[in-house]
Amino acid sequence: MKRIIYMDNNATTRVAPEVVDVMLPFFGEVYGNPSSAHTFGGEVGKHIRRAREHVASLIHASPDEIVFTSCGTESDSTAIWSAIASYPEKRHIVTSRVEHPAVKNLFEHLAKKGYQITFVPVDRQGRLDLDYLHDHLRDDTAVVSIMWANNETGVVFPIEEIAAAVRRRGIVFHTDAVQAVGKIPVDVQQVPLDMLSLSGHKIHAPKGVAALYIRKGTRFAPFLIGGHQERNRRGGTENVAAIVGLGEAARLAAAKMKTAGEKSSRLRDRLEAGLVSRIPKTMVNGDPRHRLPNTTNISFEYIEGESILLMMDELGICASSGSACTSGSLEPSHVLRAMGVPFTAAHGSIRFSLSEHNTEDDIDYTIEKLPDIVARLRSLSPFWNAEQAA
Amino acid sequence: MWDYTPAVKDHFMNPRNVGVVENPDGIGEVGSIACGDALKLTFKLDQDKRITDAKFQTFGCASAIASSSALTEMIKGLTLEEAEKITNDDIARYLGGLPREKMHCSVMGRDALERAIAHYRGVAVREKEGEIVCECFGVTDVEIERAVRENRLKTVEDVTGYVKAGGGCEKCHDQIREIIAAVRQTTAAETPALSSMTNIQKIKLIEETLDREVKPSLQKDGGDIELVDFDNNTVFVQLRGTCSTCSASQITLKNYVEAKLKDLVSSELVVEEAQAH
Repeated sequence: MKRIIYMDNNATTRVAPEVVDVMLPFFGEVYGNPSSAHTFGGEVGKHIRRAREHVASLIHASPDEIVFTSCGTESDSTAIWSAIASYPEKRHIVTSRVEHPAVKNLFEHLAKKGYQITFVPVDRQGRLDLDYLHDHLRDDTAVVSIMWANNETGVVFPIEEIAAAVRRRGIVFHTDAVQAVGKIPVDVQQVPLDMLSLSGHKIHAPKGVAALYIRKGTRFAPFLIGGHQERNRRGGTENVAAIVGLGEAARLAAAKMKTAGEKSSRLRDRLEAGLVSRIPKTMVNGDPRHRLPNTTNISFEYIEGESILLMMDELGICASSGSACTSGSLEPSHVLRAMGVPFTAAHGSIRFSLSEHNTEDDIDYTIEKLPDIVARLRSLSPFWNAEQAA
Repeated sequence: MWDYTPAVKDHFMNPRNVGVVENPDGIGEVGSIACGDALKLTFKLDQDKRITDAKFQTFGCASAIASSSALTEMIKGLTLEEAEKITNDDIARYLGGLPREKMHCSVMGRDALERAIAHYRGVAVREKEGEIVCECFGVTDVEIERAVRENRLKTVEDVTGYVKAGGGCEKCHDQIREIIAAVRQTTAAETPALSSMTNIQKIKLIEETLDREVKPSLQKDGGDIELVDFDNNTVFVQLRGTCSTCSASQITLKNYVEAKLKDLVSSELVVEEAQAH
């Protein structure tokens, strides 16, 4: 098999071998339903309980504040729908301009349903405009949902400050922490938030499992109504194997966070420095002082991201792009556009997101190969040629 | 990841004819960095007025680069009259097909070719005909109408895939739906009375008639004609090639073109030469 250099961990991660191991029995002999009255099923319930404890512990929550869901999107939707259902008289909701589609598209949907929306802007470095947020909180604001860390740039918002400001106004605060959990310390004792989304497959658990933290005392209306599972907060038979996997992944993440973070940030910095120094007209997007340890978003001016990705793909290098062409939409990344990254750079942005599984070799190989790819594409580009001629 | 054909991948990884022809006879530039793709096409003619060399520079995704590379290969050895018959669909077919969302890459190729040929003929590149419908990408009703007609498009998504219109803020989707409905109506109907037709329908009918009845005979003499505008039963056209310098062009215009249109479309029509820009 061709060599794969995987630097797309903000999209998804490899399931850790330890996680696979703890899941396997649930595809075999341990197939009981935790809701059953018999011991055979009840035993399974114990494993779910342990998983819940691990997930709670990762974010310093209490286990009964954790609800398992099927994906980050479900957690986000559950939180936001719950907040607006709990305060039906409030018709204003707030988010940022750089949210993941799981939140962004739900807000746009709610706008069509008649909700008034405030999208809080960011600056050129991707930092949230806190004054704007303060000024736009209203008595009829039902919920504020602002991500903890950005998936495209890795920029981390001052979530403690944001949550405190929102809470002071008595408004429900939800954060999509899918990219933050497992990568940086997340402590719900420190941060006065009401609800928080996290996802399994971003932290080396399988796809199809996630969780929503709901602080004790928060008004809550379930999204999936059915059985009594998850203490009536999310109907549906538990995805047992995946939940157990998420528990183990959370345990590993808590144990390894510091070393994994240090390793990936060292590799990330090396990659960034190597590319920026070897390739002219290259810039890093996002505030370097407040960033996830594993993420860098780099713009190669005058060329287009999909072309870069495809040429990297030929060499087995996996990354992603905020380019319009990768998604089939025509607008480049709404995140980079919100930051005011010029078109010359927004179309040619590449996100590298590392994990502890990356090696120095991966980085050196990428630094060796990318300059040639960029040079080849620039030799085709009329804008690059015009720029060179000028 | 897009499902590109082997031909698209080949033309992307090994693009043919990259660069700018020295002392080109024709230059065509389309697109912009804001739009996400752009193409500069240059060609050179030999003594027999055949394209002997063609080169491109492209900013864009893999299918934009592949479409440009394919276009340069396709037009080499052709006369301009042959080359201008190439449609975006021909480019896509040469590549074994393009994903529907990427068809605009082939449209960009055709547009650049059209501009390069216009440049060679010394006719000013037509200003965009019609009204802007899609503000985000600056696409006019005439462009949308043409794409719908030539490619038998049925949905807004189709239109976005071909000419980008509707791919941004989505405010123009209703208008695009109306254009699609109008085109589909005219293709279904026979030839209704001019007075009952919308402007777009009229333009379409006039353009079809020019293509079918007028252009072939002008082209025999190395000339050509392009519909530039239509307003209040006045058809504005631009004469091209040998026609544009012919002293008898006014006679051609009135006695031949206008007569044909009066005969085949409506007796109310008047033909005028558009002011060169």
